[in-house]
Amino acid sequence: MKYIQDKFRIVSKRAIGRDIYSFEIYCPAAAQLAVPGQFVHIRANGFTLRRPISICGIGEDTLRIVFEIRGEGTAAIANLNEGDLIDMLAPLGHGFTLDDNFRKVVLIGGGIGTPPMLPLAKFYGRKAAVISGFRNASAVILQEDFRKTGAETILCTDDGSTGIHGFVTEPLKELAAKGGIDAVYACGPMPMLKNIAAICKGNGIYCEISLEERMACGIGACLGCACRTVRNDEEYFAHVCKDGPVFKAEEVLF
Amino acid sequence: MADMSVNVCGVDFKNPIIPASGVFGYGREYEELFPLDKLGGIATKGTTLHKRTGNLAPRIAETPSGMLNSVGLQNPGIDHFIETELPYLLTKDLVVLANIAGSTPEECAQVAEKLEATDVHMIELNISCPNVKQGGAAFGTSCEMAAEVTRQVRKVTTKPLVVKLSPNVTSIAEIAKSVEAAGADAVSLINTLLGMRIDINTGRPILRNNVGGMSGPAVFPIAVRMVWQVANAVKIPVIGMGGVSSGRDAIELMMAGASAVQVGAAIFTDPFAPVRIVEEMNEFLDSKGIASVRDIIGTVKPW
Repeated sequence: MKYIQDKFRIVSKRAIGRDIYSFEIYCPAAAQLAVPGQFVHIRANGFTLRRPISICGIGEDTLRIVFEIRGEGTAAIANLNEGDLIDMLAPLGHGFTLDDNFRKVVLIGGGIGTPPMLPLAKFYGRKAAVISGFRNASAVILQEDFRKTGAETILCTDDGSTGIHGFVTEPLKELAAKGGIDAVYACGPMPMLKNIAAICKGNGIYCEISLEERMACGIGACLGCACRTVRNDEEYFAHVCKDGPVFKAEEVLF
Repeated sequence: MADMSVNVCGVDFKNPIIPASGVFGYGREYEELFPLDKLGGIATKGTTLHKRTGNLAPRIAETPSGMLNSVGLQNPGIDHFIETELPYLLTKDLVVLANIAGSTPEECAQVAEKLEATDVHMIELNISCPNVKQGGAAFGTSCEMAAEVTRQVRKVTTKPLVVKLSPNVTSIAEIAKSVEAAGADAVSLINTLLGMRIDINTGRPILRNNVGGMSGPAVFPIAVRMVWQVANAVKIPVIGMGGVSSGRDAIELMMAGASAVQVGAAIFTDPFAPVRIVEEMNEFLDSKGIASVRDIIGTVKPW
């Protein structure tokens, strides 16, 4: 893992949903190192701990992040504006497996778990079906971005206010029944990931999931962001920041 | 350029700044950002006789000007440390303080005994971890237990022995005197203060361990007070730590009586903090025309 820390210029800021912001950050050195599934660790002015935020777009010279205000720290980050400097340690973590030989993949994002699916959709293009799930119509983000990648998009909401009424697992089951899926990638709430992992296991489909945990160092030194996993039949606490955030679903103990 | 070198119980440090145990792993992750040679020393992740898996997550919580952690001494065990991590660190130009811990005084002594045959520079005996059920803080909160574990480790090691003290006590000076009498060559303080946060939406503590160790800038004044009290109570050197995040903080802790300074939570905010702190200390000393950082140790003039 190779990463840098510096202050970088925010070249564009957009509010793309309620309390959800998109930043485009000029950081050529970090952008060139980044792969889909990795995250950046952002200093929030006035706070001790940095905030880990997944990478939503990898340009030649820029990284895009999309994040939700969850508390005072993310609110402080959201207060930054176009032209301001943002202190980032990036890119961090173990990303998604990218395989040119995969012919059909399913990308699943739940809520604020959808942003890290976008770089994957860009990589797989027409080979990807993107299932996004949100609480309701007003929480929907990034659907136009996903369509632009050429991927098939399937939208679900918990209350049926737009798209399919129900959870992302229903369209996944239908796609799995049709067969031909080489991999499923998912990010979102733990109960969702648990159900997706079970469906993939039942259908013999390779599955990778991106996890979230309260984090301190972000680079694997402090061992704060523990995640119960099994590797080589041995249970151990892996760390979301370095071993993850992307794990093989079969390795995670929910 | 001031002389930044210090000596702690016979061990030379090129500068007084040491990343504290637990924040810095065994150094590899930070080497991606800067050469470890810039550090005076490194206090390695607390290591026990056998590997430990640590506590369930969440292990981390933010607090005003600080944080809580309840990692629970997750570590690969002393044999792994000696075979894999220590040889690597010994190739670097810095002092290696092997931080060790155990559930019983005997276990602590066994870990120290294994280090005796190595070239590690110092042992930092952790008698103050708040996050493990047995041993840990329990050793550090009574003078008798603190002395007993120090004695047992002293018996098996000729390495300079630093005992790391808990602030969760009525009189840290009394504990310091007990471990000094039991053979400690130096003391380091403060370990984290026991704290707790609750998510008021769920009624659940944020940490899965319910409670954890508090660190960060919020604890700094407590560290200054305790370093001052201990430095006045013992003859052995004091390594100060607790919320240090700038060169000025490090100078202040040395004025209170610290011979060297460890840096912890500040590294999470700014991974370059230890390197920056050395530079800031040097700037301060130059601005005051002080030739050596050693000249400020214990120079506070109390009212």
